[in-house]
Amino acid sequence: MSSILNASQLDASGRRVVVDPVTRIEGHMRCEVNVDDQNIIRNAVSTGTMWRGLEVILKGRDPRDAWAFVERICGVCTGTHALTSVRAVEDALDIDIPYNAHLIRHLMDKTLQVHDHIVHFYHLHALDWVNPVNALRADPRKTSELQKMVSPSNPKSSPGYFSDLQNRLKKFVSGGQLGIFANGYWDNPAYKLSPEADLMAVAHYLEALDMQKDIVKIHTIFGGKNPHPNYLVGGVACAINLNDTGSAGAPVNMNSLNFVLQRIKEAQAFVEQVYLPDVLAIASSYKDWLYGGGLASENLLSFGTYTQTPGDKSTDLLPAGAIVNGNWDEVLPVDVRDPEQIQEFVSHSWYSYADETQGLHPWDGVTEPNFELGANTRGTRTNIEQIDESHKYSWIKAPRWRGHAMEVGPLARYIIAYASGREYVQEQVNRSLSAFNQNTGLNVGLKPFLASTLGRTLARALECQYCADTMEDDWHALVNNIKNGDTATANTEKWEPSTWPKEAKGVGINEAPRGALGHWIKIKDGKIDSYQAVVPTTWNASPRDNEGNIGAYEAALLNTPMERPDEPVEILRTLHSFDPCLACSTHVMSPEGQEITQVKIR
Amino acid sequence: MADQFLLLGIGNLLWADEGFGVRCVEQLNQRYTFPENVTLMDGGTQGIYLVQHVQQATCLVVFDAIDYGLEPGTFKLVHNEEVPKFMGAKKMSLHQTGFQEVLAMAELTGSYPNELLLIGVQPEELDDFGGSLRPRVRDQLEPALQHALDYLAARGVEVKPRVEGESALGPEELQLDRYETQRPAEQEAYRYGDPRFIPATALKEES
Repeated sequence: MSSILNASQLDASGRRVVVDPVTRIEGHMRCEVNVDDQNIIRNAVSTGTMWRGLEVILKGRDPRDAWAFVERICGVCTGTHALTSVRAVEDALDIDIPYNAHLIRHLMDKTLQVHDHIVHFYHLHALDWVNPVNALRADPRKTSELQKMVSPSNPKSSPGYFSDLQNRLKKFVSGGQLGIFANGYWDNPAYKLSPEADLMAVAHYLEALDMQKDIVKIHTIFGGKNPHPNYLVGGVACAINLNDTGSAGAPVNMNSLNFVLQRIKEAQAFVEQVYLPDVLAIASSYKDWLYGGGLASENLLSFGTYTQTPGDKSTDLLPAGAIVNGNWDEVLPVDVRDPEQIQEFVSHSWYSYADETQGLHPWDGVTEPNFELGANTRGTRTNIEQIDESHKYSWIKAPRWRGHAMEVGPLARYIIAYASGREYVQEQVNRSLSAFNQNTGLNVGLKPFLASTLGRTLARALECQYCADTMEDDWHALVNNIKNGDTATANTEKWEPSTWPKEAKGVGINEAPRGALGHWIKIKDGKIDSYQAVVPTTWNASPRDNEGNIGAYEAALLNTPMERPDEPVEILRTLHSFDPCLACSTHVMSPEGQEITQVKIR
Repeated sequence: MADQFLLLGIGNLLWADEGFGVRCVEQLNQRYTFPENVTLMDGGTQGIYLVQHVQQATCLVVFDAIDYGLEPGTFKLVHNEEVPKFMGAKKMSLHQTGFQEVLAMAELTGSYPNELLLIGVQPEELDDFGGSLRPRVRDQLEPALQHALDYLAARGVEVKPRVEGESALGPEELQLDRYETQRPAEQEAYRYGDPRFIPATALKEES
């Protein structure tokens, strides 16, 4: 399949389909596509419909407080912003953190990753593949057989278990409240699973709900609070006391550490017995649906994460790097400080720069709103019927790496790790590909398999497994370090602003559940002078730039056939595979707040 | 087993009146101590991540800024099965989409509270990034707290005035006083947003 990465190659002559909003729970985003006479998507336009205000909220505040504010920006990935924020401040002020804090931050970050990936798959994305109404027609006995086949080690597989669940589901649906399952397109032929597979998936939807509540308790132990854990510039906000008198009062003692280990093991079992088998079973049932790759086959970016030796990025479990122009054989180095590498453009975004032919590095970032619509817009300023993508059309800026639009996220991390020769990742991916080919009788290659909507969804599951597995390593490293006599959790040498330079700048990076995340901070006279966050969804949902390069969402939708253009199952499926989170890349929705996704065709 | 009470404040405290719910539980926690079967929680905008807390509650009291279509600052109570409807009728904010979903999920799992009470106020202003409660909304804090206390008292829950220092529910960095007094001036930090959604403020300048 030839890749189309530039607006100049797109065909916008066909019927226009408008989907607004796209996300089921979080955020606000609108998508317009043109379909040809075969109902194949030939042009895609992704618009962030909320304004972003993070930068201005933080200006003038105490840099040590920034984490608490950014934790509130987003309803889902709270901890990842908080962590990235304290890293930015530590980088600016040259603060090294204790090894315990390094490990505890990994444990908290991986907890978030595991939790977020599971909730995303079962509670935000599964209904793009799974039809709960169809599950009512399932035979519980056959469902039990199916469960035993796809995951022999899963203990919850009796016919009675599925029959009870089906009765509960029937009651729920016949009560007239489809509730969480409302607004679906349940008679659309795009749904391919058997009733039994649908029932099995609904069961796991509920099991995942139970599972997620336990894993987050790790945040309560290390972060003191749930649901908004505490972070601290210089380390972590929890005292350690394993053996001495008074250990019962310390948040981190042998009891709580053992509790953490149990939760890690439960997460490992869930991924192994439920999550991964489900993703592979769904992929095998949708074997002909290898659409949605877009930029994934071409341009990918990761800042790298889970550094094993503090300060040495070459020891990242998931390495930093960039792949461009489809060359998976070469991973290029990434420097987030280099003003030539990461730049944000606004020629198609509702902001103004003095010179919009140029991009700005986040340290020099400007956030000056400028809402204006192109001449070909249909509708009014407050009720846009059709956007004019040749002009400004989104509240999201267009970040680029050396001028390239990039995809970020679990799939980018996995392709870059694979290309960098990380054995654990290669083994996971190869095993999944051969299982897929074996289940389907196909002989799909690595690139078309991974660079797809299903590949994106699989990479998230594999990463969840990797995180759950390596949390156990972090746990042992932590316990050993403490037993060797190190109980330090915070470096407070530079806590007081009197110890800071008059001016300083820093950058905090992380790989958030949704992809590469960076916070760039400038501090002046002890206060935040500027703060710019480039979040994963800014990369993926980015509009075009002045060269016409299209973003990851737009690219991923191209060439996808739609069963029924007025029921955008395929669009939602691919966009949800990115785990879109517009709450932090943009802000505040319409006062009317459309409840149901509206689809209009012109 | 005794009833399990969850007093849950939701909303995004960075968006002016949307902070009402969280400020309510913050105030309750600062002023009172509660028996063990009462949990106070700053739920923020956590959406479906709050589901396990809702499942464990037999009596759920939610504090929130809700668009009832009433005069700003109007105080309103909603009971039991009316609650999910009100949370979904006219969504102003992301967290409400999430919370309606939470209630539906709890229902599907068969762990739904026996009693629900929504203590809400009609907001005046949401689109003031980094701003705090407007006076008319702030005036409803006391009635909201009093209503929750009466509700608990009617169910035999003994609430005592707090004598020693409390452990904050949310980060101290975001406590009301600090949040308000450290806000930068308007000239330093632009506070308004998308004119399509904020006609009352931003469009004024254009016309």
